[in-house]
Amino acid sequence: MIFNEEFETLPREALESLQLKRLKHIAERVYHTVGHYHKKFEEAGVTPEDIRSLDDLKRLPFTTKQDLRDNYPFGLFSVPMTNIVRLHASSGTTGKPTVVAYTKRDIETWAELMARSFAAAGLTRNDIIHNAYGYGLFTGGLGAHYGAEKLGASVIPMSGGNTKKQIMLLQDFGPTAICCTPSYLLYLAETGEEMGIDMKSLRLRVGILGAEPWSERMRAEIEGRLDITALDIYGLSEIMGPGVAMECLEGRNGLHIFEDNFIVEVIDPATGEVVPNGQRGELVFTTLTKEAFPLIRYRTKDISRLMREVCRCGRNFVRMERVSGRSDDMFIIRGVNVFPSQIESVIMEIEGLEPHYKLILDREGSLDTLEIQVEVSEKIFSDEIRQLQNLERRIAKDIKDYIGISAKVKLVEPKSLQRFEGKAQRVIDKRNI
Amino acid sequence: MKVEQISIFLENKPGGLSGVTKVLKEAGINIRALSLADTSDFGILRLIVDDVTRAKKVLNDSGFAVGRTHVIAVEVPDKPGGLHSILELLTKNGINVEYMYAFVERSGENAVIIFRFDNIDQAIEVLLSGGFTVLKGEQVYSL
Repeated sequence: MIFNEEFETLPREALESLQLKRLKHIAERVYHTVGHYHKKFEEAGVTPEDIRSLDDLKRLPFTTKQDLRDNYPFGLFSVPMTNIVRLHASSGTTGKPTVVAYTKRDIETWAELMARSFAAAGLTRNDIIHNAYGYGLFTGGLGAHYGAEKLGASVIPMSGGNTKKQIMLLQDFGPTAICCTPSYLLYLAETGEEMGIDMKSLRLRVGILGAEPWSERMRAEIEGRLDITALDIYGLSEIMGPGVAMECLEGRNGLHIFEDNFIVEVIDPATGEVVPNGQRGELVFTTLTKEAFPLIRYRTKDISRLMREVCRCGRNFVRMERVSGRSDDMFIIRGVNVFPSQIESVIMEIEGLEPHYKLILDREGSLDTLEIQVEVSEKIFSDEIRQLQNLERRIAKDIKDYIGISAKVKLVEPKSLQRFEGKAQRVIDKRNI
Repeated sequence: MKVEQISIFLENKPGGLSGVTKVLKEAGINIRALSLADTSDFGILRLIVDDVTRAKKVLNDSGFAVGRTHVIAVEVPDKPGGLHSILELLTKNGINVEYMYAFVERSGENAVIIFRFDNIDQAIEVLLSGGFTVLKGEQVYSL
């Protein structure tokens, strides 16, 4: 189902000319209204007039999280506060949060993007959407909420936490779709099962899941445990919030980026160069329609690749592969770049293991060490030491074979590892303390 | 002839064992025999209790991974050579012991040895034909 047929199926040529028109406009706008951009453009020796083709985007400077921090709180806004109707802020894991702003029109644009996303998941006004993204400063809750209303669906503004109540409403209100992080949905399934509820018999048929990297294995686990279709949604508050890109029900292979609103580039995080088509790298977004808080070439730190093949759903927008990690989640151990999601895939390959794990990096002498903690479930528990040690060895061997690093595997008690309702923090790096 | 044993996964950390005994105490479950096998990281606590089903349930409810395995209990006179005579018979018949542990009956005359075998039925046959007393589950649970 396509919410906005006109824009979502624009032929490539028309789309690109629309993008160029909007890019020129946004460059003009930030150059004249935001001191930071004016300065950055001058340093790079470019002016908005230099943008004659989409290829000229490369000449513009990147914007980073640090730029947002340096201009905290309102320094990058491009309209006066009078025109701003909403502020959101991302959880600042280090120091101050990053603040983002929306005009009335921005809120409408965002609602449309989320409505498009829900439609891509096969939802209509006849659906009931259980929204378990957190409401508040986090963009997830309100973003999904406005999109659901724009679509005309019925929304349950559940927000995060309060798991038992969530399960009660899932049973009693019979929502047909749920929005939350994939790890939280697994946690809901687990809790429901413990309460003796048949989680497969709920009316839920689709999950719109995002806000953290996950894997195909996790998708299979979620789909099997709840008997639903699990789809990936992408967004980040700096760019808009959820609804920057969405996987379609028909293709289920990569997320369509709403390119009439954003230009996407993939760069090598080390050099900043745009990588050849189809190669993996860091996603960089330029917003084309935002008024209050436009961003030029924003480095997301999310690692992905683009797929330009035509999708059978009919949308002409490019697809991005599921985010396979964050360039800052990435850790380097004995010289090897590792994303936690790679380790997760290996764990999920092994029958009976739960997708809950913790990675502890440390240093013995001058050597990096990695400990992987994995929960023992009853499916894999044995009363013989030998069997459990074989399991530890098998995990360590698979990690070595697939990722090329040696790790010590430690089995821990069931449900002893922390469950995450927001972004999962699975890496503990003790090396620099 | 088979005895049901429960086993519990424990991390090697302070309070791990008492977490289990607390749950059993609160449920009024009595431990008949136990053994603890451990590595540097984790341990497996094996228990024979008076109510296997309920013990598994209360431990599961408290979040433990609990396994149920069949073992056999053999009664031998509590005197030198008691265990040796069993092992000799098993060796002669090529039966491998996965693990074992022992306790002494309340009367003090007999020892009870708990065995875990790969091929439990064959082991029972050999022991019975060797003249040993293999206890029934109910006998062990209520010792």
